[in-house]
Amino acid sequence: MSWQVYLGDLLYSMIRAGTPLLLGTLGEIYAERAGVLNLGVEGMVIVGAVTGYVVTLSTGNPWLGVLAAAISGGALSLIHAFLSITLRANQVVSGLALTMLGLGLSSIIGRIFIGIPLPSSITPIEIPILSKVPIIGQALFSHDPLVYFSMLLAPIMWFVLYKTRIGIKIRAVGENPAAADAAGINVYMIRYICVFIGGLLSGLAGAYLSESYTPAWIENLTAGTGWIIVGLTIFALWNPIRAMLGSYLFGGVRVLQFRLQPLGISPNLLAMLPYISTIVVLLIGVKETLRKRIGAPSALGVPYVREERE
Amino acid sequence: MIEIKLEKRPLPSRIEAFTYSVISVVFALAVSGAILKVYGVDPVSAYGIIVFHVFGSLPGISETIVKLIPLTLCGVGLTVAFRARLWNIGAEGQLLLGAIAATGVALFSGDLPSYVLIPLMFLAGFLAGALWGAIPALLKAVLNVNEVIVTTMMNYIAIELVRYLIYGPWRGAKEWGYPITDEIPDAAKLICIPGTRIHIATLAIAVASVILIYILITRTTFGFELRVVGGNPEAAKYAGVSYLKIVLLSMIISGGLAGLAGTGEIAGIHYRLRYPESISMGYGFTAIIVAWLARLNPLLVLVTSIFFGGLLVGGYVMKIMLGLPVAMVNIFNGSTLMSLLLCELLLQYKIKFIVKRREMH
Repeated sequence: MSWQVYLGDLLYSMIRAGTPLLLGTLGEIYAERAGVLNLGVEGMVIVGAVTGYVVTLSTGNPWLGVLAAAISGGALSLIHAFLSITLRANQVVSGLALTMLGLGLSSIIGRIFIGIPLPSSITPIEIPILSKVPIIGQALFSHDPLVYFSMLLAPIMWFVLYKTRIGIKIRAVGENPAAADAAGINVYMIRYICVFIGGLLSGLAGAYLSESYTPAWIENLTAGTGWIIVGLTIFALWNPIRAMLGSYLFGGVRVLQFRLQPLGISPNLLAMLPYISTIVVLLIGVKETLRKRIGAPSALGVPYVREERE
Repeated sequence: MIEIKLEKRPLPSRIEAFTYSVISVVFALAVSGAILKVYGVDPVSAYGIIVFHVFGSLPGISETIVKLIPLTLCGVGLTVAFRARLWNIGAEGQLLLGAIAATGVALFSGDLPSYVLIPLMFLAGFLAGALWGAIPALLKAVLNVNEVIVTTMMNYIAIELVRYLIYGPWRGAKEWGYPITDEIPDAAKLICIPGTRIHIATLAIAVASVILIYILITRTTFGFELRVVGGNPEAAKYAGVSYLKIVLLSMIISGGLAGLAGTGEIAGIHYRLRYPESISMGYGFTAIIVAWLARLNPLLVLVTSIFFGGLLVGGYVMKIMLGLPVAMVNIFNGSTLMSLLLCELLLQYKIKFIVKRREMH
C-alpha cells in the first residue's frame, strides 16, 4: 500500500469513527449554549440507534430508520426539557434519569432483534471527480450521506450561532436569561428548541452507529458514546468548528485502538483508550477555558425563573 | 394558552415528604406497568408474581438481603458525596476496584490466617475504591473538571480493567480457559448464614457504616462543612472551609465504601474475579436512586436498599418466570428518578395552571 493510500484510508476511518461524536456534540453544544445541560445524551443516542435499526428492519428503508431515530431522540429530549426548563428540576439528575430510561428502553425494544442483519444499510456515495483526488478524495469524498451531512452541518451551525440573530438570541439565553427576557426574547422557547435540536442530533448519531458504522444491533451498542459527547462539548469550548476537530481526533483514537490490536496489546487495555482520552481532553478543555477566558455559558445548568412584572 | 406557574411554598413536613416518595415509586410502577402491557404481559399479575417470589419466599428474602448489602454500602457513601453536591456516578467502578484489590490480596498474599487475610482484603478494597474516587475529586477541586463525566469514564475504565485481568495476567491456571481467576483460598472466604448467600461480616459493616455516616453527617464539624460546601461552594471558601479537603474526603468515603461492597461480593459470593457484569448487577447505578429516594438520609438508605434489593431480585424473577429482560429494572430506575424530581418540585412549589385567553382586538 502506498503511503498516499494509507494516509487517505487513515483519515477516512477517523472521519467515519468521529461522525457519531460530531453529530451528538453539535446538538449538545446548542442545548448547553442555551443554558441547558443534558446528561441524557447516552440514553438518547442508544434509543436512536435501536429505533433506527428496528424501523429499517421492518420497512426495509434505512432513511425511514434515520428519520425515526432522530424523532425518537427528539422525543426523549423533550422529557428532559419539560423537567428542567418548565419544572426547573435539577438538570444533572434529570439527565441521569433519561440515560437510565434510554438504556432500559433500548434493550427492551431491541431484544428480539439482536443478531438479525439489516436488509439494507446506509451505503457510501462517491462524489464524482472529487473522490478521485489523491488522499483527499479518499478521506473526504467517499463517505455515506450522513457523514457529508455532519460535515456541512458543523459550519452551518457555527454560522448560525455566531453570525445570525437567532444565534445571538441562543447565546444571550445561555449567558444572561433575565436580560434576554427583558429584551423580549422567549427564553423558554429558545431553550426548548435547542434541547430538541440536541435530541434530534443524538438520535441521528445513534442511527449512524446502528445503520452505518457497525451496522448491527447489540445490547449496549453505544458503550459510552453519549458520555464522550458530553466531554467533547467542553473540549470544543461550545464551538461547532472545534467540535469537528475534537470528534475527528477521537475518531483517530478509535482507529488507533483497532490498529494496535494486531501488535499483541490486550484489546481490553486498548478499549480504555477512548475513556482515558476523554478525561485528558476534558483537562485540555478546562485549561483552554482558563487561558482563553472562554467559560461555559454562564447560565448553564441554572433554571430560569421569570420575575413577576406588574 | 395554558401557562404553568410555580409559586414557592412553605417547607414540607416529613409526612408530606414521605407521601411524595411513595407517589414516586407508584408512578414508576405505573410507567413500567405500561411498558409491560405493551410487551403483552399483564402488569398486575406480573407484580403479584414478583412480590410473591421476592418477599413471600425464603430464598427471595435472603437474596434481597444479599443485594441489600452492596446497595447500602454504595448508597450510604453516595449520601456523603451528594450532600457536598458532588455527582459521583462512579460507585460502580469504585466497587469493581474494591473487588480487584480484594481478589489480588486473597490470591497473592500467601498462607495467611483468616483473621489477618479478611481484614486485609477489606482494607485493600476500601483503599482501591477510595483511590478511584479520589482521582475525580482532585480533578474537580483543583481544576474544576466536571466530575460527572470523569466518574462515568472511570466506570468504563474499571470494567475494562477487570476484563483485562481475567483474560490476561490473572486468568486462572485451573479454569480450563474460562475468563475467571482461580478461586480464592478458603481462609479468604466469608462465613454465610447457612442455606443462604448472606455474608454476615459485610452486612454488619454495611449497617455499621450507616450509623457511622449518620453520626458523621449530623454530629461532627465535617458534617457541618459538608452542608456548607453543598449549599454554596463559593461561600464555603470565604467561611474558611477547605473546598479541597471536603471534596477529597467525601469522595474517599464514598469510593471507599463502594470498594468495601466490592470486597464483600468477592469474599462472600463469587470467591473469584469474573466478568464485571456478574460481579455487580449495576449496584453502583441503582445506589444513586437508593440515596435519592432516601433524601440523602443515611438511616433511610437501609430502607430504600431493601426496596431496591427486592427490585433487583424481582428483575431476576421476571426473567425466569416471565421471560422479560432484566433491563426492565433500568426503566423502573429511570422513571423513579424522574418522578422523584417531579415530587421534589411539588414539595417546593405550588403549581398553578393559568388559562390565558387571547384578547380580541
